[in-house]
Amino acid sequence: MKQYLLSVHITEGEPARPSEEMDGVYRTVDEFNAELQKNGNWIFAGGLHPSSHATVVSVNNGETITKDGPFAETKEQLGGFWVIKADDLDAALALAAKGSAACGGPVEVRPFEDLPED
Amino acid sequence: MSDVTTQVDAVFRAEYGHVVSTLARLFGDISLAEEAVQDAFAVAVEKWRADGVPPNPGGWIVTTARRRAIDRLRREARRDERHAHAALIYAGGGARPAAAVADDQLRMIFTCCHPALATEAQIALTLRLLGGLTTPQIAAAFLLPEATLAQRIVRAKRKIRDARIPYRVPAAEDLPTRLAAVAAVVYLIFTAGYSGDEQAELVRSELCAEAIRLARLLRELLPDTPEVDGLLALLLLTDARRPARLDAAGAMVPLTEQDRTRWDRDSIAEGLGLVRGCLARNEPGSYQIQAAINAVHCSAPTAADTDWGQIRVLYDQLITVEPTPIVALNRAMAVAETDGPAAALALVEELDLPSYQPFHTVRAELLRRLGRYDESIAAYERAIALTGNVVEREYLAAMRRAAGAQRPLR
Repeated sequence: MKQYLLSVHITEGEPARPSEEMDGVYRTVDEFNAELQKNGNWIFAGGLHPSSHATVVSVNNGETITKDGPFAETKEQLGGFWVIKADDLDAALALAAKGSAACGGPVEVRPFEDLPED
Repeated sequence: MSDVTTQVDAVFRAEYGHVVSTLARLFGDISLAEEAVQDAFAVAVEKWRADGVPPNPGGWIVTTARRRAIDRLRREARRDERHAHAALIYAGGGARPAAAVADDQLRMIFTCCHPALATEAQIALTLRLLGGLTTPQIAAAFLLPEATLAQRIVRAKRKIRDARIPYRVPAAEDLPTRLAAVAAVVYLIFTAGYSGDEQAELVRSELCAEAIRLARLLRELLPDTPEVDGLLALLLLTDARRPARLDAAGAMVPLTEQDRTRWDRDSIAEGLGLVRGCLARNEPGSYQIQAAINAVHCSAPTAADTDWGQIRVLYDQLITVEPTPIVALNRAMAVAETDGPAAALALVEELDLPSYQPFHTVRAELLRRLGRYDESIAAYERAIALTGNVVEREYLAAMRRAAGAQRPLR
């Protein structure tokens, strides 16, 4: 099986969705997560705090520099992600379509560099 | 000597696509398959020159390419695991039945036209891997620098490998959408060839021929698929008119003024046969309807004999299947013939296609017919500004002059 990152990108600064809509999103995402676990596709997943909570750390000539983040100065930021395993890209894209329907936003699919196969 | 080279070239064009497809399945690696097949053809030139061309050149190439692929894998120590795998497959390999060879090509078409690849990459890969066209040939046809095209192909092949785009015919439920993507690529290859100007005519006509070959292949691989029949018919009926498209001076000749004796009768007969088959099945789709429209044009002995009523009915059908502004624009041209230019212009004015050259051309033509010459000239000016093709621009400039000449003096 191959591993893929399914990431959800959000545009920060847009008005928040009403809470009843968000409740629906949490429910459908939970259902999708349960399905991933049941079918053996699940590796890890999570939602992230806004990028204002991010901190960037870099080491230059042995000196550690800590800076208020995020790294990329753009409104489009990572909002959450799934790390899944699937047979091939078609299987991963089919799961991404379900993930997109569950979270109500576009999902980017990126293959991990090859790891030892299970 | 040069005779062997010619024969090798012919075998290359005829066999390249399916040999690469088979090797890609055996080794699970498109780049390795291509390298091995190229090696095999290099060996063929030497060997066939000495010993003559073997009775089954395609089979000879597959066998040689397999050995070459295994040699390459052996040389690359990092690929130990794959080497073992490849050797295993090779030990069990014999002559492959024709049906399996066809399946390999079908897998390859769907992989090349996978929706995870950009359309430009799909086109380049299809021409390269199934058509056996070289990177310089494809670059010339699309007027792109060779380096740009080479990069595009390399990236696409890497994505296929690293994202693990499967080498497989899609499941039945995905087939209609995936097939539509394949048909779109074949059609784009054809139109890229057809819209060529005279200077590029030679390389471009190769694209049309390749698109027709791919459509034929698709039809062989997926029989009983009406839209595939429709696609092939559309390409044949359009290509049949190619000889009459430019006059002796290289100027563009519109359909209504073409010398119909120069149309290719064999292509028309084949296209009409396919259209009749589609009509009998009665499962209409976009390509079939477009083919039927072209069939009506090709069946008219003179432009005046064109059955515009029939064409109008077909456009009414097409716009329900494919409700796009471009179809609406083409339909308006049929309406101009059945209901007059004023009715057609009313439809055209509703469309929002400001940067689409044919929109301004159609508008200009309708305005000219309505005697609104100043507006017509202005519309031709806009169309000319949007045309990159020299031949088309000259045609539009001539039309603009004609509209100017019709304008009464004040």
